[in-house]
Amino acid sequence: MTSAAVRTRAPGLWRIGRSRVDMEVKALVRDRRSLVFTVLFPLILLIIFGSVFNQNLPGTDVSFSQYFLAGMIASGIFYTSFQNLAIAIPTEREDGTLKRLRGTPMPTASYFIGKAGMVLLSYVLQVILLLVVGVLFFKLTLPDSGLKWFTFLWVSILGLVCCTLLGLAFSVVPKNGRGASAIVSLVVLILQFTSGVFFQFDQLPHWMQQFASLFPLKWLAQGMRSVFLPDSLSSLEITGSWELGRVAIVLVLWTLLALALALRFFKWER
Amino acid sequence: MPMTEGDHAIVVRGLRKSYAGTPAVDGIDLEVNRGEVFALLGPNGAGKTTTVEILEGYRQRDAGDVTVLGHDPGRPTPAYKARIGIVLQESSDLADLSVAETVRHFAGYYPSPRDPAEVIEAVGLSEKVNSRCAALSGGQRRRLDVALGIVGRPELLFLDEPTTGFDPQARRQFWELIRSLQQEGTTILLTTHYLEEAEALADRVAVISQGHIVEVGSPETLGGRATGAARVSWLEDGTTRTESTHAPTGVVTALAARFDGEIPELAVSRPTLEDVYLQLIGHDELEGQA
Repeated sequence: MTSAAVRTRAPGLWRIGRSRVDMEVKALVRDRRSLVFTVLFPLILLIIFGSVFNQNLPGTDVSFSQYFLAGMIASGIFYTSFQNLAIAIPTEREDGTLKRLRGTPMPTASYFIGKAGMVLLSYVLQVILLLVVGVLFFKLTLPDSGLKWFTFLWVSILGLVCCTLLGLAFSVVPKNGRGASAIVSLVVLILQFTSGVFFQFDQLPHWMQQFASLFPLKWLAQGMRSVFLPDSLSSLEITGSWELGRVAIVLVLWTLLALALALRFFKWER
Repeated sequence: MPMTEGDHAIVVRGLRKSYAGTPAVDGIDLEVNRGEVFALLGPNGAGKTTTVEILEGYRQRDAGDVTVLGHDPGRPTPAYKARIGIVLQESSDLADLSVAETVRHFAGYYPSPRDPAEVIEAVGLSEKVNSRCAALSGGQRRRLDVALGIVGRPELLFLDEPTTGFDPQARRQFWELIRSLQQEGTTILLTTHYLEEAEALADRVAVISQGHIVEVGSPETLGGRATGAARVSWLEDGTTRTESTHAPTGVVTALAARFDGEIPELAVSRPTLEDVYLQLIGHDELEGQA
């Protein structure tokens, strides 16, 4: 050290990371557009779909809303992590946020801790809103066993990790913030239509099912259906089972791929 | 003295950087003393920003030796960044956070930050502490940028065109702030388009053109300004007459005798920094074409 003066120790990356979470959450909730798009959108869709399609799934006594709730929670993972980051980061690259941060001693890891914390908190808020509104106004039912809640937990965590990394990797694709909104929303919408979120998955054309099976959202939705639908409804799945083992494998593979892509391609500057 | 690596905050030798084969910085040598305000002047595309961004740690150089505060900025560690402050050109981030939140947050990145409230006071944003950053005017926004640049108590502050878009009064206030930072011992590297700003603030200026330094000197002596010919102008027979001379006192004395008293519209002027600057840049560009 060349410094003879006593220096206070530099703040650690976790402390700065916590402070980043705080800033990220403030920025998210104060920007109405991002708040609506990332957190409230699934709730709005649940209210609309729950009000319009209030009949039961054919041949069952389970409402389509209950099926849709599982799809919305799966989509919520995508909104709060993938869509959120893949739009926010190109915007930050454009408006100077990232360059400013790179000029400070903020540890790189603290930035990602901030993003991850913001993703987790917005997902938790979103799920609570969906469940409360679903139960109170649409007679939706909550899982009745600890095992199902455990499935909910691991599918959520694995899904959030996977889609957060995917969001970081995908953030290099859009040229700017405005382009990001368009392209990312389109990607999410296509996956939702093909993955059994808006429509019953077993009634989609075969090629569409195969297409969706390549991507994580189909498996997230299936995992969430195993949580929120009665076990008897696994008969509506393609293989007649929830395939939770395969859900885990696909999500882990996508997580590894996304991690590799993010490490290789993530960039701070335009 | 806290530092032991000599009197220079910045030492640059033979710095080169090309983009896609086109040299942006073409062999720059530069020394900035500790505690001085050093201004980098030059037209757009001269290599100012590239040079500064290499010093700040944003860009890697192709060749040359660079030492900033005894450190190689090609390896910009957090410990290095804790010792410098950077005010970039204008940006539009931080929109939804308040001034106080923002300054407090950035203070948390540094080992021994200034008191956020004092920093906000120093840049003149006390009345705006609770305003969202998006609601600040252009000049207030720049002062926030400066607040974030100095909150970490930097030994060296980089200011990239800090007063673009300021009204004259805001610019004068800003200059006072820079002077007070210098008095506290902060070394400042300034790039600016405003020559009067360089003249008001800088101990030394470097004129940079086409990727190399054309001349370095104090604003008073740059380009032979102090010894260059003065212009004497006055009104005679209804027209303005001018004379370029190295002995303006003699000319004025002769005129005074001739007019036997007050000389109508008498003015004696030395070449301004702008005159010298334009001459230096012009020469360099002609040589570049030859």
